[in-house]
Amino acid sequence: MVYENPDGVMIGLEIHVQLNKLATKLFCGCSTDYHTSEPNTHVCPVCMGLPGCLPVLNKRAVEYAIRIGLALNCEIVEQTQFHRKNYYYPDLPKGFQTTQYDYPIVSDGRVVIEGEDGEHVVRIRRAHMEEDPGRLMHMGTIDRSRGTLIDYNRSGMALIEIVSEPDMRSPREARRFLDKLRNILEYLDVFDSTLEGSMRVDANISIAGGDRTEVKNISSHKGAERALLYEIMRQKNIKRRGEEVVMETRHFDEARGVTISMRTKEEEHDYRYFPEPDLVPMRVGSWVEGILETLPELPDARRSRFISDYGMVDTHAKALTSDIRVADFYEEVASKVDPAAAAVWVSDVLKGELNYRDLTVASFTVEDMVKIIELVVSGKVTEKAAVEIIRTILDEGGSPMDIVKEKGLLKVEGDVVDQAVEAVLKENPQALEDYFAGKEKSLNFLVGQVMKKTRGRADARSVREMMLEEIDKNYR
Amino acid sequence: MLEGLSDLKNKIGSSSAEDVVASYLERIEKSDINAFTCIAEDAIDQARKVDSLDIEGPLAGVPIAIKDNISTKGLSTTCSSAILDGYVPPYDAHVIERLRKAGAVIIGKSNMDEFGMGTSTETSTYGPTLNPWDAERVAGGSSGGSAAAVAAGQVPVSLGSDTGGSVRCPAAFCGTVGLKPTYGAVSRYGLVSYANSLEQIGPLANRVEDVAALMDVIGTYDNRDSTCVKHNAGYTDALQDDVEGLKIGVPAEYFGEGIDDNVQKLVWEAIGKFEDMGAEYTKVSMPNTPYALAAYYIIAMSEASSNLARFDGTRYGNRSEGENWHMMASKTRQEKFGAEVKRRILLGTYALSAGYHDKYYLKALKVRTLVKQDFERAFEDVDVLMAPTMPTPAFKIGEKMDDPLSLYLSDVNTVPINLAGVPSISVPCGFSEGLPVGLQVIGNYFDEATILKAAHSFEKNTNHHTKLAPGVV
Repeated sequence: MVYENPDGVMIGLEIHVQLNKLATKLFCGCSTDYHTSEPNTHVCPVCMGLPGCLPVLNKRAVEYAIRIGLALNCEIVEQTQFHRKNYYYPDLPKGFQTTQYDYPIVSDGRVVIEGEDGEHVVRIRRAHMEEDPGRLMHMGTIDRSRGTLIDYNRSGMALIEIVSEPDMRSPREARRFLDKLRNILEYLDVFDSTLEGSMRVDANISIAGGDRTEVKNISSHKGAERALLYEIMRQKNIKRRGEEVVMETRHFDEARGVTISMRTKEEEHDYRYFPEPDLVPMRVGSWVEGILETLPELPDARRSRFISDYGMVDTHAKALTSDIRVADFYEEVASKVDPAAAAVWVSDVLKGELNYRDLTVASFTVEDMVKIIELVVSGKVTEKAAVEIIRTILDEGGSPMDIVKEKGLLKVEGDVVDQAVEAVLKENPQALEDYFAGKEKSLNFLVGQVMKKTRGRADARSVREMMLEEIDKNYR
Repeated sequence: MLEGLSDLKNKIGSSSAEDVVASYLERIEKSDINAFTCIAEDAIDQARKVDSLDIEGPLAGVPIAIKDNISTKGLSTTCSSAILDGYVPPYDAHVIERLRKAGAVIIGKSNMDEFGMGTSTETSTYGPTLNPWDAERVAGGSSGGSAAAVAAGQVPVSLGSDTGGSVRCPAAFCGTVGLKPTYGAVSRYGLVSYANSLEQIGPLANRVEDVAALMDVIGTYDNRDSTCVKHNAGYTDALQDDVEGLKIGVPAEYFGEGIDDNVQKLVWEAIGKFEDMGAEYTKVSMPNTPYALAAYYIIAMSEASSNLARFDGTRYGNRSEGENWHMMASKTRQEKFGAEVKRRILLGTYALSAGYHDKYYLKALKVRTLVKQDFERAFEDVDVLMAPTMPTPAFKIGEKMDDPLSLYLSDVNTVPINLAGVPSISVPCGFSEGLPVGLQVIGNYFDEATILKAAHSFEKNTNHHTKLAPGVV
């Protein structure tokens, strides 16, 4: 099947990623660990832009950027070059942003995503390094504010801006690209996606070869998908009226789910880029080989390895590797119990229960998962009871063994089940008749009644077998 | 002759740093040449500390004036601009850290052209510094206060900064010695940027040996300035009275139209003196010199337009009122920047704008490369270059203020040095109608040793530097 792209959608993304796993900011020694600190406590003369201060490039940040470039299959520049992007804004203490211009640190890469019609390549045009500005905090709402406060804790944080080619053909592909990108970056251990503002997206979109619009500052992947869906609808409506889409920058109103015009192309700034005289080029070409050697295993490689090492199916491998925390969790569990059982329990059951509760795998311990799988494999509890243990841990806490005891979840066998089967058949003659009349569903009902009587502690499959045996023996 | 550092050392040894600093403070107080923007209230305390702790640093107890664009912790740093009125840096520049460590007493901040933008110290928001040799004339600029204070005996040594001649010009006009080090020899950390690819902090003094002594203190590597280069210092060690066999290049382009006849005559006499002392000279050609001035101003203004963007009234200094941030920032810049600063910001903004960037900024960078090549070629054959520092002696206050272009033209012999990044020293080489004239000795990259040696030898064999400005005792 080939995806036809009926509306001629072309989406390109620009993603700002904060390299918040660095210990210090991009051009000074201030700590990056400001997220829970008082405003303006992680600042120094350099990131406050005080007169006379000079930047010193964080070598580790350059390494991180190269690591990202290699993971995205990019070319790495021979030596660094920074430029000044000049504009005025109160969150920008120097009156310019130190960024990269015509020599980005990495360029010409590619990422493979799950596209509308199978594997789909999204080309990476470039990724460049730059500093984050401070943050404005309006007292009250933006239009009725008594004043604005500025927090420079964020000022000077290292950012990498990743720019894709317009290779995505639907909002869903855009979201998958973002998910994949986040996953790769987390594997690289260069950023923590759980911190506020760690990944910000600008989306460029056009339909049917028309002019593109840029939707700025989208804060979530879901938001990006929604903003793009809205833009496609809006642009299609414009074309339907026989008008042309205007090239402009738009803002995504997350609450209302709409995009709003910010400025048209004619009002674009002239940033007067020129080379930053205070930073000398850093030769990095020779670093590449060493960084390549220390590059961790990436999601695609891990997915293949899971299939070959643990013998699991691809859907499990994909689900387990799409989040590094889940993959690490799985491998720990798999080192202690049957890996095949672990794959099913982690990817099919635990992940689902976590998603349903909007929790991450950090909410569950490896020890509990191992214990639960051992209980199931050894036949001490039923699969249904195991699911109940997981849910109870997530909702109320407690250890698997305590929950088993409290709820009486140990599997019942033998006489208890026999008696329950006999009783159910006696109590439900109508259902039995229906079964004989050819209604297969009635058998399910009868099995369900047995499970009810044993409070879920019986094994449903063996109950079904026993039920059929009993019917054959005494009711035919 | 004014006291030098070795005289001071003896004096402090026999009396105290406190007495010495107090006597200099007294001279500053009595003077009306407007060399300072502020005096350090703790100057005497600093001196007492030297006395009581018996600090042994190479500059122990030596009072020094610091150009007002070098950040001094706890001491106002205004760049002689109203926009920074009231700004007190929370940190010391690298050179200040070094000076304090060496035991120097920061006595005050010296007057300058606003943000270093001028050749006469007339664009200062605090008014011009007067030339000690003639109060109707300018002290030169932009480090006018630093040079005038030294010439008037208000401090034995001072620091200036040189973006396009700002140390050498006032040194020449005031009859002192002034060094513009190689780009990268002195850390700029803490120097408020005007044109950061061009400027260096440099010392001024009445003797070459005192300039060298200051370089030994401030010219150390600092990793907070990425453009700072690790190099062999030992500036004082270079001071030998020996120019036997020194090869001097004399670039014809530095003696062209607009260079005063008397100035040319005095500089040639100086070169003759070097010949007498055993050096030899050849004429050299530096064909790209005529384009240097235009390239310099485009680059300097372009960088300035960006460097000065941070002064928006938001975080420090002085601000105007406005109904919102944009109005506040734009009114602050409109009202607190002087006319010359605004002119340069606007011209620089223009030169970097889309559509003009290639025509001006990029072209200027290309010229810069050519100018650099002129120097590289010249230094294949000669050890130093010699030329007039300034085309004329100090001009009258107000004479060029309405004609910025003629003011810019007076930088013609100093700016090529900044474009190339080579070191250059200006030493007194005589007087024209009672006004000092400076000889410029230009060296190869990081070869301060050779120009210091040449300047030192010249000083040892002449007496221009011993003359005192009128009224100075």
